[in-house]
Amino acid sequence: MSVDLNPDLSKVASTNGTTPATTKGGKAAGAIATWADDRLGLGGAMKKNIRKVFPDHWSFMLGEIALWSFVVLLLTGVFLTLWFDPSMTEVQYDGAYDPLRGVHMSSAMASTLDISFDVRGGLLMRQMHHWAAMIFIASMMIHMLRVYLTGAFRKPRELNWVIGCLLLLLGTIEGFTGYSLPDDLLSGTGVRAADGFMKASPVIGTYMSFFLFGGEFPGDAIIPRFYAMHILLIPGILLALVAAHMLLLVYHKHTQWPGPGRTEGNVVGYPMLPVYAAKAGGFFFIVFGVITLLGGLFSLNPVWKFGPYDPSKVTAGSQPDWYMGWPDGLLRIIPAWETHIWGITLSWNVMLPILVMPPLMLMILMALPFLEAWITGDKREHHLLQRPRNAPTRTAIMVALMTFYGLSWAAGGNDIIAIKMHLSINQITYFMRGAVFIGPVIAFIITRRWCISLQRHDEGKLLHGYETGVLVRSPAGGYAEKHLPLPEGKAYTLTARDDDPTPETVEEIDASGATGRTARLRKLRAKLATVFFADNVQKPTTEELHESQHHAEHELHELESQIAAGPNRHGPAEH
Amino acid sequence: MTDAHDNHSESSGGELVGPIPDPGLPEHQWRPTDVDPAMEKRAERQVAALFGLSAVATIAFLVSYFTLDIGDDWHVIGGFGASTMALGFFLGLALLLIGVGIIHWARKLMADHEMVELRHPARSSDEDREVAVQALNDGLAESGIGRRPLIRNSLLGAVGLLGLPAVVLLRDLGPLPGDKLNHTIWGKGTKDKPMRIVRDGIWTPILASDLEVGDLVNCQPDALHNPERYDIDPTEVEGVNLQIHKSKASLILLRMPPGDIKPGKDAQGKSRANWTVNGIVAYSKICTHVGCPISLNERTTHHLLCPCHQSTFDLADSGNVVFGPAGRPLPQLPITVDDEGYLVAQSDFDEPVGPSFWERDYYER
Repeated sequence: MSVDLNPDLSKVASTNGTTPATTKGGKAAGAIATWADDRLGLGGAMKKNIRKVFPDHWSFMLGEIALWSFVVLLLTGVFLTLWFDPSMTEVQYDGAYDPLRGVHMSSAMASTLDISFDVRGGLLMRQMHHWAAMIFIASMMIHMLRVYLTGAFRKPRELNWVIGCLLLLLGTIEGFTGYSLPDDLLSGTGVRAADGFMKASPVIGTYMSFFLFGGEFPGDAIIPRFYAMHILLIPGILLALVAAHMLLLVYHKHTQWPGPGRTEGNVVGYPMLPVYAAKAGGFFFIVFGVITLLGGLFSLNPVWKFGPYDPSKVTAGSQPDWYMGWPDGLLRIIPAWETHIWGITLSWNVMLPILVMPPLMLMILMALPFLEAWITGDKREHHLLQRPRNAPTRTAIMVALMTFYGLSWAAGGNDIIAIKMHLSINQITYFMRGAVFIGPVIAFIITRRWCISLQRHDEGKLLHGYETGVLVRSPAGGYAEKHLPLPEGKAYTLTARDDDPTPETVEEIDASGATGRTARLRKLRAKLATVFFADNVQKPTTEELHESQHHAEHELHELESQIAAGPNRHGPAEH
Repeated sequence: MTDAHDNHSESSGGELVGPIPDPGLPEHQWRPTDVDPAMEKRAERQVAALFGLSAVATIAFLVSYFTLDIGDDWHVIGGFGASTMALGFFLGLALLLIGVGIIHWARKLMADHEMVELRHPARSSDEDREVAVQALNDGLAESGIGRRPLIRNSLLGAVGLLGLPAVVLLRDLGPLPGDKLNHTIWGKGTKDKPMRIVRDGIWTPILASDLEVGDLVNCQPDALHNPERYDIDPTEVEGVNLQIHKSKASLILLRMPPGDIKPGKDAQGKSRANWTVNGIVAYSKICTHVGCPISLNERTTHHLLCPCHQSTFDLADSGNVVFGPAGRPLPQLPITVDDEGYLVAQSDFDEPVGPSFWERDYYER
């Protein structure tokens, strides 16, 4: 499919010569390839994909980090299963770790300690597994922000966006079930809270709790059940969804940034073999290596310091892993709302932050592409990315969501903030109750205006040229800065975007004769679209550009003559 | 090459119409390693050196594995453990150097010309769609599923019913809750042998005079350590059962000046004035929000703070919530002293302890 079938390779490093160093191996490989193709017919698929083009940009690497850390999770996870005993049978610990020797604990906790202190490389693998999980979820989130803020979720990629949201959800559940497995005091406290969440569910809460725990909390079933979910059920679904995510990526071909020669109709970049395969494959080793260094040098989740789970004990500053922090923060700042009526209890103080908000947030995320497409009425395919500034309302929506997330997350550390900053925990909590509502609104407004200002800045650069930093003093004593037109490629890139559509007006809808529900929906949509695009700066027209260029040339000429005539003969450039 | 690109105004973004014409792909720039054989040789040596260093790191990893002890030396080198640290460092280095080497190779020596590939709309062509729909209709028509509603409906019914085994099979995941959440082992005391309150961990009974004003003691029921005294089967308080009992029965004793206590009302509306002994109050240690054990005592105010979500309860005022997300007061255990002067429970809690659930009742203190 490549257009550039015969690139000029005349000067490419001779060590990459087109003839192999020996022909012997080539013959054997050829024979094997023929044997395989006779049976599998791989030639067809390989013909298409071996030189498949992938565009290059640093931000396209974020999803790769998630993919490779998932591979590290699979590798280190298999290692851990060789020793981990997912059982809550009580045993007396008799391993190498002195302070806990003789203490009664579950087999799960004891085998976790064995992996940490009696298996060489075991602690390294445990810490790598935990670090990789953190990086997996963090990189999925940042990848998702990249996809959203550059408009890469638009048609035809909406379904891949939804798959991505599900991956984030599953990754979070996988993380929770995973860090609960050692059955230590901290994770046990988290499981106890999870039991409270279940019990707060209307009508069936206690049944859910008794069924999950195999009886009353904590029981002896939860660790083996979490284990089955953690190593079989969820990874299976994750793998299937990752595969679907990647297949869709290959089918749609990667999005690219606009630029000279890069259009909606093509994809420009390096071929899979050799450059992209080398870069992506090499990057796997880098992610793997960084996680290994983290696992070896930076301790996390030291369960031996927490000790085994005991329902009567807790440590101050108990917090879940960071990705569970935002619902925990909401759980801390929610007022004490409970309804007691007809002998039953409705725990709004648990239901709203835990059973309502996270699913709601997920549904909002999954709906974003469809919501935007409905408002803008855009049914075209998009393969060129947009800069966040060129979709101010979209960018502002995400920044508002991020602000809500960040404030909720910070509220999850209100006790730490209070201690470290010597503040009253009560006042932090009261502040956060307001901030989670007001913060996103302020963030929305600021982001939107900021984006529009950046659009104006781009327009200024197109129309008046870029600032050279050369100041010129006129004979009259005034100062002016020399502006020069942008290079053609840069100017083209700035203008390589669609004009925003003009939304319908209410009058147009009325005039079209639409009535009833359809008309009301169309009016709502028209109003939303008007707000969505309001105040955006469109790219200049050809006439505007010519006129301003003419004007700029004139001004430049003036400046030049002033330099020639005036006291600027020795301009700054000649110092 | 340009097939399917003639009418994409509907399905794809189409060419951008801008004020500046597309200048086309910039010309390819040769890299120094493409044109200077010395640079090329140097890059080649660099890549090979990175791979060689990686091999050295792998060997260092193997040496560390077989020479460094683990277990006893876990606290050396800043608490990392020499083995873990060396293994992580050398393995990490070995992997990183391979990665850096491959990418260096790709950037310096592999051909770096950009290629152009054409896109196609994600949708299939109208012709394909038509053929697919026709094939589907042919297949359905030949099956006769539309003409035989009896077969179709009975199949749907039978398959639908198979959902029931899938649900029913999960029934034995756990027992039904019954009224288990309403009772704790505190209720297992008898008239002759009321349940003693003992210190958690050392299991010694407590005389009222042992506590000074302001003292807080974490307690458990004596039966968890001494089941025979209460005619309880010892297996009832071992292993899992012990954890279950502790998760409900954990108790806090706090002594305050008797005048500070504002006695509330019990479930029958009677005063709780006789639930305390000389200013000693007993409350459930399990938070009424989501069930964390409450542990942080503010001595001057009789306030008790949950470290998980900061619900704060006033133990001088029937355990009422003074701050935070908890929706209900802490349950109070009525206490008294037995013949020997040890603190004992008068009865079980008069309400369920721990987090809220749908079926639980509530009363104003």
